[in-house]
Amino acid sequence: MYAIYKKELKNYFISMYGYIFIAFMLVVAGVFTTIINLMSGYPSFENVLGNITMVFLLIIPILTMRSIAEERHAKTDQLLYSLPVSVTQVVVAKYLAMFTVLLIPCAIMGLYPLILSIFGTVHFGTAYASLLGFLLLGGTLLSIGLFMSSLTESQVIAAVTSFGVIFAMYLMNALASLIPGGAMASLIAFAIVAAVFAFAVYSLTKNSTVAGITLAVGIFLLAAIYFINSNLFAGLFSKVLNWLSVFERFNTFTSGLFDLTSIVYYISLIAFFVFCTVQSVEKRRWA
Amino acid sequence: MIEVKNLTKRYGDNLAVNDLSFTVEKGKIYGFLGPNGAGKSTTMNIITGCLAATSGTVLINGHDIFEEPVEAKKCIGYLPELPPLYTDMTPREYLTFVAQAKGIARDQRQYQINYAMERTQITHMQDRLIKNLSKGYRQRVGIAQAMLGSPEIIILDEPTVGLDPLQIIEIRDLIRSLAEDHTVILSSHILSEVSAVCNYVMIIAHGRMIASDTIENLSKYLVGSNILHMTVRGDLGRIRMAINSLAENAKTIRYEENPEEKADTYNIDIETDRETDLREEAFRTFVDENCVILKMQTEAIGLEDVFLKLTTEEAEEYAVEQENAAIEEKENAFAAEKLDDDDEAAPAPAPQPAPADSDDDDYKPMFS
Repeated sequence: MYAIYKKELKNYFISMYGYIFIAFMLVVAGVFTTIINLMSGYPSFENVLGNITMVFLLIIPILTMRSIAEERHAKTDQLLYSLPVSVTQVVVAKYLAMFTVLLIPCAIMGLYPLILSIFGTVHFGTAYASLLGFLLLGGTLLSIGLFMSSLTESQVIAAVTSFGVIFAMYLMNALASLIPGGAMASLIAFAIVAAVFAFAVYSLTKNSTVAGITLAVGIFLLAAIYFINSNLFAGLFSKVLNWLSVFERFNTFTSGLFDLTSIVYYISLIAFFVFCTVQSVEKRRWA
Repeated sequence: MIEVKNLTKRYGDNLAVNDLSFTVEKGKIYGFLGPNGAGKSTTMNIITGCLAATSGTVLINGHDIFEEPVEAKKCIGYLPELPPLYTDMTPREYLTFVAQAKGIARDQRQYQINYAMERTQITHMQDRLIKNLSKGYRQRVGIAQAMLGSPEIIILDEPTVGLDPLQIIEIRDLIRSLAEDHTVILSSHILSEVSAVCNYVMIIAHGRMIASDTIENLSKYLVGSNILHMTVRGDLGRIRMAINSLAENAKTIRYEENPEEKADTYNIDIETDRETDLREEAFRTFVDENCVILKMQTEAIGLEDVFLKLTTEEAEEYAVEQENAAIEEKENAFAAEKLDDDDEAAPAPAPQPAPADSDDDDYKPMFS
């Protein structure tokens, strides 16, 4: 596993991807630090981080698009399968290599509060907790990109879908506020989600019975809950969307709250998507 | 070493590997031979753990590839059809990575890498990027990769495809030299290659084993024939007399009227052992019987012909069997519908097409 980690990490710096990622992130962070902190004389570094999460939209796909799609495209994945390492080890090694690349600009950004403290008082606690949140947010998005990369052979498709998903998550809050808060609206929204889920089940298993049962059970449960207590549904869908919004979670850090649940939330999401990636790679062996 | 039992791989409706069983013993070179799409690569991918099987087991040194993949994979070095090379690396970097991933001890690593590079003669290319290497050298890097960790079994999928004749000879020599310390399995759709390199041949068509024997045995069956094609004009009774007197030295004799020539002209095919040359004797005999020999030509049946014959015949048989299986399946389904209340009577899986009655029958080349 260490060998694969090392190879992946090295690969990011043999090719331009690692450098582009780090440079882009540092440029944006630098520009925002200059404007927010240096030019307006404002000491909170967390505000910079809060403003630059948008940069993940562009650079996360750069880092993740190759990882599995390219191996598959060049058929080098056969080598990894035939080596005495498990698929889980391969995927985890790949993820850790990406995370290490993300760690480098974050570590450099860790110097900024120190520099700022020369000019005034900086809340180190808030600044570094925000940086940790920033790192975990990036890590979560990396795991999503990794998963997207495992679904296709094409780097371009992997990049575009990762961008799409991250973009949707970025807008999740705005989207959630658009949805009417009524119980009936929520119910309909959930029903649509159930239908989409059933369709996904069908397209993965090609088994119409299982998909039909999934849909029926979903609709039945929704309807049952709705009739028992329709108040539960009021505003529930936007709540769920908000809960899913990984970017929104980060705002608690920048507003000075060290929220342990958010950390657990990020780490669980990372584990979930790494697990999904392992399954998606394994599935291909069974195809 | 390797024990494959009832291996089946199904892609949707397509049966890529069909109930394949064989064993591989130590210290030989095995050749998988079959036309394109016969299931050679699929079988190799399953043995090496790159692909999961639909059913069946693969034991490698007693380790099940599906149950204990890590242990099993340690015994195998694999070169897939397309060498899985990271083209941004140099051969040395690449081999170092593979050596680490194979878990070779640090103090052994350099030695093993150098040894593999020496054996495959890529030492002088070790610091060039793989993407700048020619196909032949890439293939060698792939083989060097498979050699690392000195696995007991080395599996090479079509190792000489796309190489020029000189490179092919070099790679073959390399494979032969590998067999000194490893058991080698290679696949090919070219018969001459397998017969040049391997001790033992398994002929596969449509995912099924249709012949599996040593080269010598196969050759005895297959190459052991000369055929004398003749066109003779004369009285049928006299020709029969001549044939009868020739029969003691021949394996089989067949004659038929020549459709293109005038009446009383016959085509005669006499099959003999490799060593027997009947031309002179045939000439004298027919002259004695007052027949005119219009044409005489000898032909040796090569392995190639037999391979072609085996695989195409098998294909036809297979098509018929598939049809039968389909019909049977329908019947089963029909029967199951009738027995609707019994849950256990679900349609039985299509019966495996019975293996060819006996392998011996399959070998007999012609005129049998």
